Amino acid sequence: MSFITDHILTWVTFLPLLGSLLLWTVVRRDDHARVFALAVALADFVLSLHLWFRYDGPGGQDMFTEKVAWLFGGKINYHLACDGISLVLVMLTTFLGPLVILSAWKAVTERVRDYMAMLLFLQAAMLGTFFARDMLLFYVFWEAMLIPMYFIIGIWGGQRRIYAAVKFFIFTMVGSVFMLVAILWMYFQAGGMGLEQFLALDLERQAQLWLFGAFILAFAIKVPVFPLHTWLPDAHVEAPTAGSVILAGVLLKMGTYGMLRFAMPLFPAGVEAFAPLMSILAVIGIIYGALVALVQPDIKKLVAYSSVSHLGFVVLGLFSLTPLGVAGGIFQMLAHGLSTGALFLLVGVIYERRHTREISEFGGLAHRMPGYATVFMITMLASVGLPGLAGFVGEFMILLGTFGSTTLDHPRLLTALAATGVVLGAIYMLWMYQRMFFGKLTNEKNRDLRDLSVREYAVLLPLVVFMFWLGVRPGMVLDRVEASVERVLAPLAVPASPHADDYPQHALGGGTADAPVFVVHEGEAHR
Amino acid sequence: METHANETLLRWIVLAPLLGAAVIGLLNRRLPRRVAGLLACATVGLSFALSVVVFLRMLGLDPEHRRLTDILASWVAYGNLRIDIGFAMDQLSAVMALVVTGVGFLIHVYSLGYMAHDDGFRRFFAYLNLFIFSMMTLVLGENLVMLFVGWEGVGLCSYLLISFWFDGEANAVAGKKAFVVNRIGDFGFLLGMFLIGVTLLPHLAPGEGAFSFAVMQHHAPLLAPVATAIGLLLFLGATGKSAQIPLYIWLPDAMAGPTPVSALIHAATMVTAGVYMIARMNFLYVLTPTAMAVVAAVGAATAIFAGTIALAQNDIKKVLAYSTVSQLGYMMLACGVGAFAMGIFHVMTHAFFKALLFLASGSVIHAMSHEQDMRVMGGLRRKLPVTWWTFLVGTLAIAGVFPLAGFFSKDEILWKTWSSGNTVLWVIGFLAAGLTAFYMMRLVSLTFFGTNRASEEVRHHIHESPATMTVPLVILAVLSIVGGWVGIPAFMGGGAHFEHWLEPVFAGGHAAGTHGAAHAVHDTTMEWILAGASVAWGVLGLLLGWIVYTRRLAVAEAGRRFAGGLPYRILENKYYVDEAYDGAFIRPGYRLSRTVLWKGIDAGLIDGLLVNGSALAVAVVASVLRLFQNGMVRFYAWSITVGLTVFVLYLSFSG
Repeated sequence: MSFITDHILTWVTFLPLLGSLLLWTVVRRDDHARVFALAVALADFVLSLHLWFRYDGPGGQDMFTEKVAWLFGGKINYHLACDGISLVLVMLTTFLGPLVILSAWKAVTERVRDYMAMLLFLQAAMLGTFFARDMLLFYVFWEAMLIPMYFIIGIWGGQRRIYAAVKFFIFTMVGSVFMLVAILWMYFQAGGMGLEQFLALDLERQAQLWLFGAFILAFAIKVPVFPLHTWLPDAHVEAPTAGSVILAGVLLKMGTYGMLRFAMPLFPAGVEAFAPLMSILAVIGIIYGALVALVQPDIKKLVAYSSVSHLGFVVLGLFSLTPLGVAGGIFQMLAHGLSTGALFLLVGVIYERRHTREISEFGGLAHRMPGYATVFMITMLASVGLPGLAGFVGEFMILLGTFGSTTLDHPRLLTALAATGVVLGAIYMLWMYQRMFFGKLTNEKNRDLRDLSVREYAVLLPLVVFMFWLGVRPGMVLDRVEASVERVLAPLAVPASPHADDYPQHALGGGTADAPVFVVHEGEAHR
Repeated sequence: METHANETLLRWIVLAPLLGAAVIGLLNRRLPRRVAGLLACATVGLSFALSVVVFLRMLGLDPEHRRLTDILASWVAYGNLRIDIGFAMDQLSAVMALVVTGVGFLIHVYSLGYMAHDDGFRRFFAYLNLFIFSMMTLVLGENLVMLFVGWEGVGLCSYLLISFWFDGEANAVAGKKAFVVNRIGDFGFLLGMFLIGVTLLPHLAPGEGAFSFAVMQHHAPLLAPVATAIGLLLFLGATGKSAQIPLYIWLPDAMAGPTPVSALIHAATMVTAGVYMIARMNFLYVLTPTAMAVVAAVGAATAIFAGTIALAQNDIKKVLAYSTVSQLGYMMLACGVGAFAMGIFHVMTHAFFKALLFLASGSVIHAMSHEQDMRVMGGLRRKLPVTWWTFLVGTLAIAGVFPLAGFFSKDEILWKTWSSGNTVLWVIGFLAAGLTAFYMMRLVSLTFFGTNRASEEVRHHIHESPATMTVPLVILAVLSIVGGWVGIPAFMGGGAHFEHWLEPVFAGGHAAGTHGAAHAVHDTTMEWILAGASVAWGVLGLLLGWIVYTRRLAVAEAGRRFAGGLPYRILENKYYVDEAYDGAFIRPGYRLSRTVLWKGIDAGLIDGLLVNGSALAVAVVASVLRLFQNGMVRFYAWSITVGLTVFVLYLSFSG
C-alpha cells in the first residue's frame, strides 16, 4: 500500500479527477455512472481517513508533503501538503462527496454521466485548493473549481440558470483576476511561487495594503462578505440540489480558508489596517443576512441568506485574531457545512416531490412526513446553534474570542451585535418551520406526499450523526487544528495562546464596578 | 479550591431520562403505548430514587463537604479554555433535584391518564423525558456552560411541548414565541458568560475551568469590577426563562400545551430555572448591590403586575399562568434582597401547590370535555370531589394561609424584604399577596360553586378523573400542606431547617439579609405582627373573592363596568403589551427587512444599480460606440469636420 500512502495527497486529490475522466470515456450507461461515481467518492473518503487518523503534525506543521519541480526549474512546484486546518476541511469535502452523489440519484435524469463527472471534477479541484502550497498551483485549482460549478448551475439548474451561472462566474472571476495580479507581482519579488517563499518576503506597508486588498477581494466574494453576496442567493436558487450542497458546504469555505491561509499570514499590515472593516462587514452580514432571510418566501433563498449570516460569524472569528475566535471560525465552517448542507438536501427532498419551494405552498407537513419533519427539526436546531449540536461550539468560541479581542476597536459592541444573530436565527428558522410543518395540512397537493425513502435517510442520517458528534465531542476537531492555528497566526504577532496578555486587564479593585459592558477601554488596544 | 467527593450516581440521575427519551423516540410505534408510558415513568422514578440516595449520602457528610461531583469528560479544551461535561450536587442542587424528579415523576404518572387517548402518546413521553434530562443537566451542571446546555434544552422541550398539538396554528405560534423570547434572554446570558470568561481566563491555573462554579466562586474577587454588568446580563437571561418583566409575555401563551406540561414545565420546574441560576451565582450577585436592586425591583413589579392581569382572565389556565408569573416575581424579590434560601424555599413550595393547581385544573378541563373558559363552568364541587378538595388545598396554600406550605415561604420572603429595609418593595409584595388570594378564590368560586353553566352535552360527560390522575393530586395536596414545615422560622419556635441546610451554599450570600436577621433575634414582635397581617390579608382576599363571585355577583359586574369598563378591558387585554411589542418591534422589523433591506438594498441598490447597472453601462457605452463604427466614409468625414470645428471654436473662445 505504500505506493498509495507515500503519495496520499495526490491520490486523494486526483482520484475523483480520474473518476471523472473515466466517466467521460469508459462508462456508458447512466445507472453505471451513478454507481461508479458513488464508488469513487466513497473510495476517496476512505483514503482521506488515512490523513485523519495519521495526522499528528508536531506544532501544527504540514504533513504528507509532496513536492515536485513543475515549471522554471523549481521556481514553480507541484507542492501539496496538509496541516490541521486543511485536514478538517478536506474531511468535510470527502465526507459530503458521496452523500451529494447519492442525493442526485433520482433528481438528475438528464446527462447523468456528465453530471457525475462534474461533481467528481469539482471535488478534485476543491481538495487540491486545500492542499496546495504553491501559489500558482493554488490558483489553478481555485479557478478550476469555477468550471464544473458553472456548468452544474448552467446546465442542470432552474429557470434563470444562465443568469445565475454567468453572475456566479463573473463575480468570482473579477475577484480572482486581482488576486492573480497580486500573485504574479509577489512571484517576481520572491523569485518563486512557494507559499513559504511568499511568507518570507518582507514587504513594505503600502505594498501589503494593496496586495491584501487584492487577495481579500477574491476571498470576500467567495465567502461571500456583505455587500458582495448577491450572487449567492441566485446561484443557490438556480443550482440543482447537489450543486447547492457543495456550494454551501465547501465552496463558500474556500473564501474563509483563503483568508486564513493566505491573506492573513502574508500581509500583517493589511490585516491590521483592514481588520476593523472586515469585522464590521462580518457583523453587518450576520444581521443583514438574518433579516433578509426572515422575509424570503422561497425556502432555498432563505437558507442561502442564512449562509450569509453564518459565514459572517466565521469572518468575525477570523478577524478577532484570537486563537479562540479563529478556531471557532474553523469549527463553524464544519458545522455550517453539515447543517446547511443538510438543509439544502432537505429542500431538495421536498422540491423533488412538489416542484416548488414556496413556503406558502406547504403547511402541516409533519402529518404526512414525520420522519422528514424530525430530521428537518434536528438540522434546524443545529443551524440555530442549540448546545449539544455542532453549531453551538463554533458560535460560542467565535463570540468569546471576539469579546476578548485586543486588536479590534469595539470588541464588546461587535460581539453584542453579532449575538443578536443568535436571536434572529431562531426567528427565521422557527418561523419557516412553523409555516412548513405545523398547522393543518390544507394544500391538497401535499395530501399524498411520501415520507423519506431509505436512500434519503442514508444521505441525511450521516449528517445528523455528525451534528451530534461534533456538538458533544468537538475535541476531535479542535485538537487537530489548535497547533496549526497558532502557526498560521504567528506572523501576525498576536500572542499565540490566550494567556494573561491576551485579554483586557481589569485593574482589580479598580473603580470600574459599575461600568457598562460595552464601554471600550481605548488604552487596552495594543498592536 | 478543596477537592470534592466523587459520586458517579449523579450521571445516572441525568442520563436515565435521556435513555428513556431515546428508546421511546427511536422505537416509536414499535413500542406498545403502555410500555412507552411505563418506561418514561420508570426512568424518572429512577432519577428520583437516585436523587434520594445521593441526598441521604449527603446527609451523612459534614455540612461543609456536601458537594459531590461527577466529571464525565472534557467537552471543550482549547488554549486555557476548559469546559467539562460534568455534574455536581450540593445542598442547593439537591433540593432542586428532589423537587424536579419528584414532581416530575408525579406528573409523568398523571400524564398516563391525561394523555391516554392522545395519538401522540409516545412522542409526548419522549419529550417529557427529554425535558427531565435537560432540567437535570441545568440543575446538576458542574459549570455555567453545562447549566446553559440544560437551559437551552428545557427551552427546546418547552417549544416542542407547547406546540405539541401542532394542528392548531395558535399552539405552533405560542411555541415559537416561547423559544424566541427565551432566546432574547439567552442573548444576555451569553454575553454575561463571555464577560466572565474574558475576565477570568487570564488568571486561571492550568486545568481550571473558567465557568466551573467552584472556580468562579474561588475567583469571585476578580469578577468584582464587572459584577454589575455580569449580574444584569445574566438577569436578562433569567427574565426570559423565569417570565419576568419585560420578557414574561411567552408564559401565558405557553398554556397552549397539554396541561401536564403547564404543570411540570411552565409552573413547577423550568420557569424557576432563572431563580435557580441567580441563587447559584449568589457569590457574584452579593458583589453588586446595583444588580441586586434591579432583581428585587423587577421581581416585585412583576409580582403585582401579573397579579392584576390575573384578576380579569376567564381562561382557567391563564389565571394560573399569570399567578405563576406573579409568584416567580416573589422568588426574584427574595433573591434581590439577598434571601436566596427563601427564594429557593418558595421555588419548592410553589412547585408543590402550583403543580397541584395545574393538575387539578387539568382534571377540571378533562371533565369539562376540554373546556377552559370559567364562564361556562360552575358547581363542580359535588361532581369532582377529589379535584375540588385538592384544588382548595392548593388555593389556600398559594394564598398563604397558615400553616400551609405557601405561608412559610411567602411570609419569609416578605419578612426578609421588610427587614432588609425595602419598605416599598414590601408594600408591593404585600398588596400582590392580597390580589393572589382574591383572584384564586374568584377562580374557585367560578369553577366549583354556583350552578353549572355548560351545555347539556358537556354536563352529561362530567366525571371524576381516574386514579392515575387523582393519586398524584392527593400526594401533591399533602405536600402543599406539610411542604413548608421544613422551614418553620425560628420566631415560631421552628428550626428553620431549610435555611440552615442551604446555609453553606449561601455562606457569603446573606450580606443584604444579615442586618435584618440579626435584628430579629432581639425583637420577634415585628415578625409576629407582619405574619399575622399577611395571614389576615390573605384570608380577607379569599373571603372577598368568595363573596363577590358567589353571593354578590352584582358587585363583580359593577367592577367590570367601573369607569366605563376601561380598567377591566385593559386588564383583560393584559395592558396591551403584546400589541405594543408587535407594533414597536415585530411589524417594523419585518417591514424594514422586506422593503428596505431585501427589495431596497439587495435587489435595488446592489444588484439593480451596481451589478446589473454596470453590466448595463457597458452595454450602453458599447452600443453608442458601435454607432461610430458604421463603416460609412461620409459619416467619418462629417464627424471629423464637426469635431475640428468644435475644437477650434473652443480654442478661440477660451483664449
